[in-house]
Amino acid sequence: MDGDAASSTGATPSEEINGTGNLMDFLDEPFPDVSTYEDFHTIDWLREKSRDTDRHRKITTKSKESYWELIKGLLDAWSGWVVMLLIGMLTGTLAGVIDLAVDWMTDLKEGVCLSAFYYSHEQCCWTSNQTTFDNRDKCPQWQKWAELMTGHSEDGGAYVLNYFLYILWALLFSFLAVSLVRVFAPYACGSGIPEIKTILSGFIIRGYLGKWTLLIKTVTLVLAVSSGLSLGKEGPLVHVACCCGNLFCSLFSKYSKNEGKRREVLSAAAAAGVSVAFGAPIGGVLFSLEEVSYYFPLKTLWRSFFAALVAAFTLRAINPFGNSRLVLFYVEYHTPWYMAELVPFILLGVFGGLWGTLFIRGNIAWCRRRKTTMLGKYPVLEVIVITGITAVLAFPNPYTRRSTSELISELFNDCGALESSQLCDYVNNPNMSRPVDDIPDRPAGPGVYTALWQLALALIFKIVITIFTFGMKIPSGLFIPSMAVGAIAGRIVGIAVEQMAYHHHDWIIFKNWCRPGADCVTPGLYAMVGAAACLGGVTRMTVSLVVIMFELTGGLEYIVPLMAAAVTSKWVADAFGKEGIYESHIQLNGYPYLDVRDEFTHRTLATDVMRPRRSEPPLAVLTQDSTTVEDVETLIKDTDYNGFPVVVSRESERLIGFVQRRDLTLAIKTARQKQEGVVSSSVVYFTEDAPQVAEACDPQPLKLRRILNLSPFTVTDHTPMETVVDIFRKLGLRQCLVTRSGRLLGIITKKDVLRHMAQMMNQDPESIMFN
Amino acid sequence: MSGEAFNLLSVLLGLLLMSTQTTDAKISEDIRCKCICPPYKDVEGQIYKQNVSLKDCTCLHVVVPMPVDGKDVEAYCLRCECKYEERSSGIIKVTIIIYLSILGLLLLYMVYLTLLEPMLKRRLFGHSQLIENNDDVGDQQPFANAHNVLSRSASRPNMLNKVEHAQQRWRRQVQEQRKSVFDRHVVLS
Repeated sequence: MDGDAASSTGATPSEEINGTGNLMDFLDEPFPDVSTYEDFHTIDWLREKSRDTDRHRKITTKSKESYWELIKGLLDAWSGWVVMLLIGMLTGTLAGVIDLAVDWMTDLKEGVCLSAFYYSHEQCCWTSNQTTFDNRDKCPQWQKWAELMTGHSEDGGAYVLNYFLYILWALLFSFLAVSLVRVFAPYACGSGIPEIKTILSGFIIRGYLGKWTLLIKTVTLVLAVSSGLSLGKEGPLVHVACCCGNLFCSLFSKYSKNEGKRREVLSAAAAAGVSVAFGAPIGGVLFSLEEVSYYFPLKTLWRSFFAALVAAFTLRAINPFGNSRLVLFYVEYHTPWYMAELVPFILLGVFGGLWGTLFIRGNIAWCRRRKTTMLGKYPVLEVIVITGITAVLAFPNPYTRRSTSELISELFNDCGALESSQLCDYVNNPNMSRPVDDIPDRPAGPGVYTALWQLALALIFKIVITIFTFGMKIPSGLFIPSMAVGAIAGRIVGIAVEQMAYHHHDWIIFKNWCRPGADCVTPGLYAMVGAAACLGGVTRMTVSLVVIMFELTGGLEYIVPLMAAAVTSKWVADAFGKEGIYESHIQLNGYPYLDVRDEFTHRTLATDVMRPRRSEPPLAVLTQDSTTVEDVETLIKDTDYNGFPVVVSRESERLIGFVQRRDLTLAIKTARQKQEGVVSSSVVYFTEDAPQVAEACDPQPLKLRRILNLSPFTVTDHTPMETVVDIFRKLGLRQCLVTRSGRLLGIITKKDVLRHMAQMMNQDPESIMFN
Repeated sequence: MSGEAFNLLSVLLGLLLMSTQTTDAKISEDIRCKCICPPYKDVEGQIYKQNVSLKDCTCLHVVVPMPVDGKDVEAYCLRCECKYEERSSGIIKVTIIIYLSILGLLLLYMVYLTLLEPMLKRRLFGHSQLIENNDDVGDQQPFANAHNVLSRSASRPNMLNKVEHAQQRWRRQVQEQRKSVFDRHVVLS
């Protein structure tokens, strides 16, 4: 996909002139042969599949000839696994680098480690013996900026100075991020998942998975997350993983020359990306299957799993968090839950669905405004303003000041005797003799009430600011902010239920399952369920969400609450709008994505959708043996259709086949250059035998049968559109010809199908932009 | 063009990280046993850390000096939680330094492209070249005169020229991408 990659192994014209070796071939522009597609076009899945079958058959027949060919055949079969291994290793490495760098740079906004500048706050105080039980993070080696500059650490002036420097660092990071994106790789902005979904369905976006995009996305993702903006890194990690996949595809001609096979590798790479983002290999495979991929054959399932495992293993080997965990919020408690708690869980699911709808509508409206009005002309200024607002509002509240991952980690944690944060400020019974993690329910101390207020403010802040942050011109994901919103809401509900159970333990609902002195309610579980509900409400994931959540927590016993919340949030959100955030962004951009989930239930026929309509000029066709080269060239110049049907003659209009525009242009160009006697009035013929030459001095006819597709897909004019849409979806067609009693009537392209579907759903059919 | 360099760098980085992990002897500072002991009777909560290995990571080894005596030691130790933790300071150091150098290089290249190069070109080639390409005059974005340089290059097919060609082609691609994303809002709105 990257124009810089050499895709031809034949001699290029410049090579013939220079005689230089193959070393510098990657610098040459790739020779456009019949296998490359144009930018922003859809691939022909059937052609790619048949080319791969041809290649495989050739290798199999050759492998019987000699041992060397046999070995080459084996290497070809193994190349898929080698690619997966490389993808897993590089993705794991990059994820480790990103995690370590984010850890360090996030803490850089608040202070610096004096003993070694490259340590984050936690790492700096790792060996210190001056950490106390109440202030686990305080150690003399790590100082805040105000303390470093002025020597004071606790007074008002120091607070203002810290505030000011926090804002300054945040602005600096985001400015660097947006400048790098703008100058080097404009495709590196946004989440990446909507575009990857479209690419995997057969669309070509050249440069989207290129090397510069990979480099810039990795570097600017760290800057964007460290600047304190309300965004996550999971979506961009999927993009990074797919870029790695594309990079390694170019090493093997099996994948670099075949767009269909390349997409199999990209599906597996997406699984590896989610796997390292969450530490959830199985969840990653299911995410790739459910959300990202279009065609997912069983072979890809096994290979995706392999890539995800290798990536997770590589990340573990790098060990960014020092504890052999993969993700920052890995919790490990096993306290049971009770049936009566399903009621608040379902309430959290409803909240998740409602929030998902609100977020999608708000975000799409804001993005549309960015696309159409003056707001879109100032991307750098927009990023800086949003960062400034986020930093100004986030610093005073201790729950928003720290990074979102740390916030989620604290909210997921259960409060044992060993915790001393404000959220765990319960009134302890001094004579308590239970072991450490079976603390019974306790009344909340004043710290908990303060924490509740602050959390409520943080919730409102995050809900509002994420709508404006997602979609800016820097890499931005939305898994972590959604989980944060859900976790905050869940924890608040959990604490409320816990206190209700403690203070009113004689109510009917609590009497059966909550004895005084027992550990009934775990607010951390409510936070997890809330996080799952909100994430499900926004992305409409189902199975992959539940699997990711339970791989995150390690608790199989919590599957039922997670499923209940996920299902409820999906139902509530689907009641308001069928599309998740990624499908909505695909629609906003007008990508030609034929969703497999949409059901087409209208009773229109193929004849209602086909082109040309009654008022339009007739179909541009080529005849079997009576068009001249000049006619063909005029046709190509005057129209911009992607292909032309070939008929027997203009009178009979019986269909012979279909020829692509690109093949035709190239063939005519090479014929004029290379073949003798081909002039403008030469006749172009698609039959086996040349047409009869009328006079001896007629110019030489040009045979173009080899570029003719003799088996184009046809439907009759009375075929219901339901069937036509199904054919397009299942076979990945680009166009389909419509005939009646053997005569060609018209053509239906994928764009026509998408426009028709949009029209049927009362959306704007003109928003479909690409073919 | 520097994509190939990036390939090499990423592979080197991977190898470096792997080797740092395996060849570094366990620096004693990189392992620790952390015991968290909650408040007990009139002893307040404390955190104890020591750089011991996994088999010595118990309450009795790490909690020194023991704040309670004789009979209470067992009850105290039951409440404490001792965890063994490892990290790799070498990997952290290498990663942060590599990241900062890549970031620094990119920033320098960006400053060169946006500020220095137009100044240098204007000084070297004068104003006449800029007037030639009317559609690029007034275009303040980087790579604005990519067409300019491309057309002017000699037809000597040596390596320096090839590099220059590849770079100009890359610039044109980025210019196209920037137009689609930032100006026409066609992709990635």
